[in-house]
Amino acid sequence: MPTFGHFLETLLNSYPVFFEGLWLTIRVTFVSVLIAVFIGLFFALFKISQSKILNWIANIYIAVIRGTPLIVQIFIFYFGLTEFNIPKFWAASIGLALHNGAYIAEIFRGSIQSIDKGQMEAGRSLGMSHTLAMRRIILPQAFRRALPPLGNQFIIGLKDSSLAAFIALPELFSVATTQGARTFDEMTYLLIVAVYYLVLVLIFTLLVNLLEKRLSASD
Amino acid sequence: MGDKAEMIRVEKLNKSFGDLHVLKDIDLEVNESDVVVLIGASGSGKSTLLRCMNFLEIKNSGNVIIEGETIDPKNNDLNKVRQRVGMVFQHFNLFPHKSVLDNVIEAPLTVKKMKRADAEKEGKELLAKVGLADKANVYPNKLSGGQKQRVAIARSLAMKPDIMLFDEPTSALDPELVGEVLSTMKSLAKEGMTMVVVTHEMGFAREVGDWVVYMHDGKIVEKGHPNDIFNDPKEQRTQDFLSSIL
Repeated sequence: MPTFGHFLETLLNSYPVFFEGLWLTIRVTFVSVLIAVFIGLFFALFKISQSKILNWIANIYIAVIRGTPLIVQIFIFYFGLTEFNIPKFWAASIGLALHNGAYIAEIFRGSIQSIDKGQMEAGRSLGMSHTLAMRRIILPQAFRRALPPLGNQFIIGLKDSSLAAFIALPELFSVATTQGARTFDEMTYLLIVAVYYLVLVLIFTLLVNLLEKRLSASD
Repeated sequence: MGDKAEMIRVEKLNKSFGDLHVLKDIDLEVNESDVVVLIGASGSGKSTLLRCMNFLEIKNSGNVIIEGETIDPKNNDLNKVRQRVGMVFQHFNLFPHKSVLDNVIEAPLTVKKMKRADAEKEGKELLAKVGLADKANVYPNKLSGGQKQRVAIARSLAMKPDIMLFDEPTSALDPELVGEVLSTMKSLAKEGMTMVVVTHEMGFAREVGDWVVYMHDGKIVEKGHPNDIFNDPKEQRTQDFLSSIL
């Protein structure tokens, strides 16, 4: 084990290399979760749709994604689809997005179905179409209810982005292993990267809590 | 009835939920400015009949004719029909994420595409009418049950419907809050609104109803003026029901 003094010194001196990895991790996470929210919303609506075909499409997608490891999915996107020449950043982002999308679809489905059916009836009785009532009445309430599990999924996505190191995307974890191998001081760099992830997650948790407080003004 | 325009006509209406035959060959007509009160034990089909009138439930057979137009759920635009037939629910179903005024102007804005300024002006007038002008910017969770239901009535009126349906509007209220909702409904009836009301409030039925319809086991047993129904019911089952609740 490194001494605390050595750890602190390395932490303070290494920030220029880590900040580049940090920035990449933040970008991959935000891009992938943003796409995942849209994917999740679509498949949630497919799942609750009256159409059996759409139900099936959603079920198959969720089953395949949940039933296979994320690292396999990322590798398939990067190595399996080389003829499309997908850049590392997008291979990782799309892989993560498709992965998180399946979980977010279930989060949205649950929160949409948890809204009292009287809300849809009230909207319809005022002359709103199903789509309009869904957009104006149901989804805003469902999104609010989905926020805590969505925040959780975001944190999972943030940490899972470290798997992009295996397709040599120079994000946070990749920086730590590279620096560790270069200096033969692996433990120090692993502890440092753990601190980076922890601080990121704590900051993000704080932001989600603030958002929840603001949105719960009407509860 | 005679010369008053026909607003709703229900002909040979049947509705089943699975094996449960809820409405059996219902015939009913509601004319302009009529207040028709549906009474009967729970499970008798009153609410289902009401919900068939704005197509929240779709009949299995028979006809629902709104203002002379036979509505076929497959061909008619139900969203258009429902703009003419407002509904007030037992559990209010206000939109909890919107302020009181936003609840009222939501449909005028998004369905009728009214300008916000116009919708807000009308919305505030409606809130004043139901005695809640001061609550425009409050969220529904800050209101009492009676206030919620009056907002729901204003929200429904904002679409300027020709007919208003009330599905047990006071059943979820504390007893001391029933009066304010009934008096709002009463003034609406006085203005000549055509109303169909499912309720257990016999006082309201007697005082405000033009017609009282007693339903039992999915059928209309008796229909008449309130005085006749309450003082001199023709059918034994109506007598039994009334003596059990009065």
